[in-house]
Amino acid sequence: MAQPIISFKDYGFQYRAQASPTLHHINLDIYPGEKVLIAGASGSGKSTVGSCINGLIPYAYPGESTGELWVGGKDPKKESIFTLSQIVGTVLQDTDGQFIGLTVGEDIAFALENDCIPQDEMKLTVEETAKLVDIDHHLAYAPHELSGGQKQRVSLAGVMVEHVQALLFDEPLANLDPAAGRVTIELIDEVQKRTGAAVIIIEHRLEDVLWRSVDRIVLMNEGRIVADMPTKAFLADTKLLEHGIREPLYLTALRYAGVPITEELEPQHVNSLRLLEEHKGQVRAWYQKNEGLGRAKEQRRELLSVENLSFGYTSDVQNLKNISFSIREGEMVSIVGKNGAGKSTLAKLICGFEKPTSGRICLEGRDLLGDTIKERAQRIGYVMQNPNQMISKPMIWDEVEMALLAGGMSAEERRERVEDTLKICGLYPFRKWPVSALSFGQKKRVTIAGILVQQPRIIILDEPTAGQDYHHYTEIMEFLKGLNEQGFTIIMITHDMHLMLEYTPRAIAFCEGELLADTTAAHVLNDPALVRRANLKETSLYTLSMACGIENPQAFTERFIAYEEAHRQRQEG
Amino acid sequence: MARVALNYIKRQSPVHELTGTTKLVFFLAWSIVSMVTFDTRVLVCMLAVGAVIFKVSKITIRDISVVLGLAAIFLLLNNLFIYLFTPEYGVEVYESRDVLFTIVGRYTVTAQQLFYHLNITLKVICVVPIALLFIACTDPSEFASSLARIGVSYRAGYAVSLALRYIPDVQREYRNISQAQQARGIDLSGKDKLLTRLKNSVAILLPLIMSSINRIEVVSNAMELRGFGKEKKRTWYMQRKLNRNDWLAIALAAAIVAVGMTVTFWDGSRFYNPFL
Repeated sequence: MAQPIISFKDYGFQYRAQASPTLHHINLDIYPGEKVLIAGASGSGKSTVGSCINGLIPYAYPGESTGELWVGGKDPKKESIFTLSQIVGTVLQDTDGQFIGLTVGEDIAFALENDCIPQDEMKLTVEETAKLVDIDHHLAYAPHELSGGQKQRVSLAGVMVEHVQALLFDEPLANLDPAAGRVTIELIDEVQKRTGAAVIIIEHRLEDVLWRSVDRIVLMNEGRIVADMPTKAFLADTKLLEHGIREPLYLTALRYAGVPITEELEPQHVNSLRLLEEHKGQVRAWYQKNEGLGRAKEQRRELLSVENLSFGYTSDVQNLKNISFSIREGEMVSIVGKNGAGKSTLAKLICGFEKPTSGRICLEGRDLLGDTIKERAQRIGYVMQNPNQMISKPMIWDEVEMALLAGGMSAEERRERVEDTLKICGLYPFRKWPVSALSFGQKKRVTIAGILVQQPRIIILDEPTAGQDYHHYTEIMEFLKGLNEQGFTIIMITHDMHLMLEYTPRAIAFCEGELLADTTAAHVLNDPALVRRANLKETSLYTLSMACGIENPQAFTERFIAYEEAHRQRQEG
Repeated sequence: MARVALNYIKRQSPVHELTGTTKLVFFLAWSIVSMVTFDTRVLVCMLAVGAVIFKVSKITIRDISVVLGLAAIFLLLNNLFIYLFTPEYGVEVYESRDVLFTIVGRYTVTAQQLFYHLNITLKVICVVPIALLFIACTDPSEFASSLARIGVSYRAGYAVSLALRYIPDVQREYRNISQAQQARGIDLSGKDKLLTRLKNSVAILLPLIMSSINRIEVVSNAMELRGFGKEKKRTWYMQRKLNRNDWLAIALAAAIVAVGMTVTFWDGSRFYNPFL
């Protein structure tokens, strides 16, 4: 057997600023040419493992380590981060932040420049590497001219120029739309095949990573490795469900139908499944048994209507073209589509941050054009993606109260409003706390509370669950669902297909500034043509239902979601 | 996207084709001479040369009108304050006093003072267009390597490059945050009192600072992971070799320094005095 390229031996680590260790007794060997997925919930220590491998620990994040760690036969404690960077290349999560150069070519060349490689040689290497990741036609582009997926290609090329022996990807899917995420997984696979480097992917979105085969899955929880096994065996084990990781949807569906998940089933990919006739029968039987499930909501009156809306940031480009749709009271709607399709622009127009070139936006039949941002905010609230972009007061109470201060309310009225809002958001027990003591999900609630306090009719959320693991995702979404049940109308801009399916009956899909579809979420994902144009990704449920001979995949998806919702409620109740 | 008042404008011109290093050297030489000299003859000659360069660069007044406007306002204020505080400075410098008329009290208008103001104005008119031209004609990608070539440490040089890379991102972030905060009743328009407005701007700056700190962490990690700072030197992907025109431009810069300084200091003073 070859020497492992990375080897942890009873390794433990404690950050200098932390009271207790983050990693405990890690034993992990990664061999040349292997492809390993390190999965786990937020705070499980998976990113810390990544930082140990690439040398950010102890170089940028000092702390105490125990046990042994070998990277390419070297001890990171004794080597510089530069030596390690020639063994392990790291692609970070933030596609934009890690783009250092002013253009693609410069960014790819960055490591070579630091190595003092002569310019002629450097240009050649850049050219070759860019070809490898298919970005060679964009060498003179600036980062803002590229999509998220393209930026990721650049980052990948930027570490590949070093001819590293291992590639480390830290949550590569977090900032990408579904289709771009899929392409990324394919690209990683190709690059590995061509270079033979070991690949380590840190990600909690299991099903998305498994789009291309992975040799081994390492599951982490609370700083320990709780599972380290071949993909097939891992999926046949139900262990992962206890650790905030979501199993692939097709496997959940099979389990609901009573099909046992075994290694013989080849569970690693929906296309590799070896379903026996008996299994298919079970799935069909489950489908028929749950016929009554599915959503039917009564039609409420129209709240927001957008009519023939067009807009462009500059006069020669139209970012939105003739958009019309309406939202009814009490609805929960997803807005989906490729990065840059105009989703956020639409939200900005509705909130009045930008003025439309033509068309109208009406709330309860009244045109909003003359209203200022502040006036609109009384009725339409906007929550940004990252809570840190909104929180501007150190104390929770002040943060929530902020929007009321400008309104000329009495102190008593304000107190009542803030208290009510904090109760709705489940933050009342924390009302005297500083914001900094909260988790990411709780901070998100604070920002939502800061909007709700103005008692808007509609809340627009930009990517409410981006970068969240399954546990936090569920926490945020159940909270939003609760708000929706209390009568708030909710519009979400999202890349998350699960979110759209599970929580929003209706979806509006955009593509290059045009409204592509306004229909049920299940329909969007079961229409292959639509999926392609909006840069989405069909669910594995679609593939599974086809494989089982169910002629209406959309109904299958709807029943699955309804069943799962009922299942979740049973578990909670 | 918001209109940027001053940035790189890509055109085909001999000025654009010069390397960043050449332009930097030229710009520095030019600035030093026009800052040091008060010699009207030198300034007028430089102004003429500057006009030719401007013409050759194919950058139009319209491209840089916003910044030119700001510079004009600044120049006006500068002149105004010089006069308000030292209405007799010209007399002191040129050692003679020809009163033209009196405004009020000590504010007399003398030919010497006016001549002094003329020189100040000429200096600014000399420097500003060349400085703007330097920015408008130099590919930002060449800044860092140019600084490194004239001896600035590459770490410092790269800081310039990083600023150019991330300023637009921070601007975009600022706009997003301020819009979201406005929706929460934070008013930044001129309606509120100054103190309230200052307080309100904190509501935007705090999140902006937090996100910038986060950005810095990501960038510095990304740079270290790719070996920045490993060696004493580094090579540059975008650096170009100096060719004939570059050497000519550098020679011109040297000539301007030599001639300008000689003429200026010929009589032992920075000032050209037509009154004696």
